[in-house]
Amino acid sequence: MMALRALLMRDIRLAVRVGGGALMGVLFFLIVVAVVPFALGPDLRLLSRIGPAILWLAALLATLLGLDRLFAMDHEDGSLDLILMGQAPLELAVAVKGVAHWVTTGLPLVVAAPVFGLFLNLDAQAFAAVALTLLAGTPALTFIGLIGAALSVALERGGLLLPVLVLPLTIPVLIFGVAASQAAVADPEAFGTPFSILAALTLISLVVGPFSAAAALRLGLD
Amino acid sequence: MRLKVTGLACRRGQKAIFSGISFALSGGEALLLLGPNGAGKSSLLRIMAGLLRPVAGQIALEGADHDGPIAEQAHYLGHQDALKPSLSVVENLRFWTQFLGEGPGRAPLEALETVGLIELADLPAGYLSAGQRRRLSLARLVCAPRPVWLLDEPSAALDVNGQQRLSRVMHAHLGTGGIILAATHAPLGLGQAQVLRLGSADPADSLPGGPAVAHAP
Repeated sequence: MMALRALLMRDIRLAVRVGGGALMGVLFFLIVVAVVPFALGPDLRLLSRIGPAILWLAALLATLLGLDRLFAMDHEDGSLDLILMGQAPLELAVAVKGVAHWVTTGLPLVVAAPVFGLFLNLDAQAFAAVALTLLAGTPALTFIGLIGAALSVALERGGLLLPVLVLPLTIPVLIFGVAASQAAVADPEAFGTPFSILAALTLISLVVGPFSAAAALRLGLD
Repeated sequence: MRLKVTGLACRRGQKAIFSGISFALSGGEALLLLGPNGAGKSSLLRIMAGLLRPVAGQIALEGADHDGPIAEQAHYLGHQDALKPSLSVVENLRFWTQFLGEGPGRAPLEALETVGLIELADLPAGYLSAGQRRRLSLARLVCAPRPVWLLDEPSAALDVNGQQRLSRVMHAHLGTGGIILAATHAPLGLGQAQVLRLGSADPADSLPGGPAVAHAP
């Protein structure tokens, strides 16, 4: 347990230090959300209708942004070798790295989403819905991304491969995340079903992600 | 404690690097791996560390304090230092101590004293020179006790003082019944060590002033 806690604290500390990726995600999120209204023009009704979708899309891309470095950095400096040699099971170590990534990338997005919702003319109910669905859905994005991050370590220079591998797998999360947040605005009765499926996708990815990523890392040994 | 390796073979891509490597070491013994570049010294150490799969052969560690694969009983000091430039020297060391060890090792600050880095404890590791990074990696081995040390050119980039400290640390480890496997091109000051020669038996790369070659695969 001490080993895993140490790993969690180290990854969080690395992310918030100079050169870490913690603020990159939020910054990218801000850029996308700030640019979209300019592209769409001054139609406030359109903006508030597609606002949740834009927030979700921006969150998806922001999560993928720093993901390829999750294991690659540890691979390059030899830390991954030592993590493999640790007494902590690799699956748990991988999961802990995923948690650290979510805390420093996904969680800030959830916190920032209501503020950025203002840019998109969302009302209070829509803010809350988007923030709630992001809270439930962004862990799935990170943990699905773990698989791609681990695979791109095995394949040298796999950085560009990561979005290609991971994006198709995240599409269900995107669909049900947006569906749930739009349902909350248009028809609160229909919120439950897509939100439950979103939560189920997250729970599945919390299990499948670490196991697949650990298997990919072991296969990539050389 | 006894480390026994039988019939180990390694292949990288299409090329067979070595085969039929066998040796046995008891607690307190060291083995030097000698051989030209590309002979498979690093590969052998990575196989021992569980980081590379052998084509054939067995590795067994008997009588260690913990059960479990040898990877969890061994320290691996490779060419990469596993240090994060944005963490301070002592933060790097404290992390690896907590991650790798659970037994009663030396306190991180004490280990930094041993390798001569105590004045730099709060400096970000990114500012360290190659030799200082090496010393910091060495401190990791002292902090988290593990019975088998796998050292890949441990004296690389170390100055004379650093090499003396390395030799002292290695002797202390052997003195407590530990096992050391070291790939090296330079004498490490382990007078009584066994020698395993990999690759071509070229007398030109025997160690200057080192032990005589006594054992071949």
